[in-house]
Amino acid sequence: MSANLQLNDEGKLKHFLTIDGFSREMLNEILDTATSFAGMSEHQVKKVPLLRGKTIVNLFFENSTRTRTTFELAATRLSADVLNINIATSATSKGESLLDTIRNLEAMHVDMFVVRHGISGAAQFIAENCAPHISVINAGDGQHAHPTQAMLDMFTIRQHKQDFSRLKVAIIGDILHSRVARSQIQALNTLGAEEVRVIAPKTLLPAHIEKLGVTPFHDMKAGLADIDVIIMLRLQKERMNSSLLPSESEYFKCFGLTEDKVRLAKPDAIVMHPGPINRGVEIESSVADGAQSVILEQVSNGIAVRMAVMSMAMQSTGGGA
Amino acid sequence: MSKIAIRNGRIIDPANQRDRIGSLYIADGKILSLSDEVADFTPDQIIDAQNQIVSPGFIDLSVRLREPGHTRKGNIQSETRAAAAAGVTSLCLPPDTKPVIDTPAVAEYIKDKAEKAGYEQIYPIGALTQRLAGAELSSMFALKQAGCIAVSNADIPLANLQILRRAMEYADSHDLLLIYHANEPSLHAGGCAHDGAVASRYGLPGIPSAAETVAVAQCLELAKLTGCRVHFSRLSCKGSVIKIQQAKKYGLNVSADVAVHQLHLTEDDMTPFDSAYHVDPPLRTQSDLQFLREGLANGTLDAICSDHQPHDIDAKLGAFPETEAGASTLETLLPLTLQLSRQNAIDLSQAIAALTLKPANILGLPLGALTPGLQADICIFDPNETWRVQQENWRSAGRNTPYWNKPQQGKVTYTIQAGRIIYPN
Repeated sequence: MSANLQLNDEGKLKHFLTIDGFSREMLNEILDTATSFAGMSEHQVKKVPLLRGKTIVNLFFENSTRTRTTFELAATRLSADVLNINIATSATSKGESLLDTIRNLEAMHVDMFVVRHGISGAAQFIAENCAPHISVINAGDGQHAHPTQAMLDMFTIRQHKQDFSRLKVAIIGDILHSRVARSQIQALNTLGAEEVRVIAPKTLLPAHIEKLGVTPFHDMKAGLADIDVIIMLRLQKERMNSSLLPSESEYFKCFGLTEDKVRLAKPDAIVMHPGPINRGVEIESSVADGAQSVILEQVSNGIAVRMAVMSMAMQSTGGGA
Repeated sequence: MSKIAIRNGRIIDPANQRDRIGSLYIADGKILSLSDEVADFTPDQIIDAQNQIVSPGFIDLSVRLREPGHTRKGNIQSETRAAAAAGVTSLCLPPDTKPVIDTPAVAEYIKDKAEKAGYEQIYPIGALTQRLAGAELSSMFALKQAGCIAVSNADIPLANLQILRRAMEYADSHDLLLIYHANEPSLHAGGCAHDGAVASRYGLPGIPSAAETVAVAQCLELAKLTGCRVHFSRLSCKGSVIKIQQAKKYGLNVSADVAVHQLHLTEDDMTPFDSAYHVDPPLRTQSDLQFLREGLANGTLDAICSDHQPHDIDAKLGAFPETEAGASTLETLLPLTLQLSRQNAIDLSQAIAALTLKPANILGLPLGALTPGLQADICIFDPNETWRVQQENWRSAGRNTPYWNKPQQGKVTYTIQAGRIIYPN
């Protein structure tokens, strides 16, 4: 997708739907802005008045606790009013179309939609069809994109590794169904990572994955050699024992991250996971809680990155107090 | 019935290997003569076709009219008007109407409505199985008697290969052509785009080429077993072309067509999440497109169809995977076919044959040729006229085309069906 839809006439962030099409400068601007918000959680007063008077709607068509909570916290810390729409009891379950839902919320004079939806392209569809003053932030659509998750991952990597150009990163697990992986791959390539690998059985890799700028591996031993950053993905248990994988135990044996396998990477490699984690399925507890794990830092960083994206998008549409 | 003289046109008639500037005379609904002068002929109307091409009327093997059952998307009146404006003088209607064409009553209803709409040459395709449910054979003989030109299960899968085998045996018993949309449902399931790099990038559920090629291979084996005449509808990929080529080489009585947009668009043309590009079979790769073009040039693929599928706005207004597949394509059929010839993929005579003579042969109809004595189905078009796809000149009720607002070259000026001018009317 071109970044055009995501930028206003002055080239500023308007919507954040995907990493695809953004320049390295824009991604760095998001990371730099997030840095300015990162220390706020330590302050006694954890609020800035940047979005005072603005109304942000968390429009979650799919369940999510972590992402919705961090978006809500981010909005609250920017002093915005937040509306959480419970989709399970919403009009869409009564047959209302997505567009009608959006039109109704627009009529309530809101300023931003944070959208999570199970269908790829849903966030773009909303951005293309909503009123011009509204910004749309994609909080995960189908198998397409989860750009704020990717940016909080980049933020966490930058805290530990500084220079992307020397980084070798391995993303491990269910790449096929992962919107997070697609956004991470685009972000890493845009930020100039030396090499991005994906490690998974063929059943969990999309067709022509190498065209996204990654090297595929089906073996952890080869794939983890010289790696600086290990990103594990959640393996959806509902996909186990289907035609994709024979069993949890075989998956863990081949692709689960254990202390032994971490040692295949560089000694100072960090271990990441977008959560929620399945202990003993994709990652061993001692690794998830170990010295090299930055999983909880990712969660904390999610708030700063989402504050950055929300404030940038709102300022480009005349937001800010 | 009026007498028409068409003068000064470039007459291209692949059936008679004719390509020359000349005149054509029509009387009593039939082609009277292609001589330069006909004695004792006083035309009611003279059409000056200077700088235009006079060809047989186009025969489209797959056009959804959306009636009965889906009239919010279009109806027989609106879509036959689009067909007339596109130079199409005969069209085949797949059986997935509502109710489906599985009884003579439905076929007769459609023909009656078409007659009232002033477009008399609709050829319904009968359902292969009752209610298209894929399990029980339809009353094919009765459907044939009611005017169904072939049988098909449209895009709906059959319960198993044994049903397909029996249906082919039964269709062949009544000398009915089977029109087959090759699609293995277990490989196709849930997909909305070609299972390639673009779908992977945008997280769209993919439909692999194998969903089609596996089904082509199975059906070819059963064609060999049963002897049934099979026409493969709307092929989209390289592997299918190769399989059809081999089957023809070994003498199987099969034919195939391709939808015109598959000869021009690939997955790389898809504007992300633009539902106008949501078609089924999906837009595939450049290599597939090249094979489809070569298949057309070397005769492996016989015909070009529009695969016209008008939709209402709501069907296409949503996130890409949730929208309905299909494009409104009748009115871009001619310009896109002419573009193939301008791009030297096929020559002009081949292009016209793929819209006229070849589909007539597939259906076994005495049409698609400018032979004196034959019914006068004629298209006159200006191959150089440029126009833009837009509201003012679009007749189909479906605005769902990837070519909306895009320039086209080649425009129909007259369409004559059985000696009657149906466009402009």
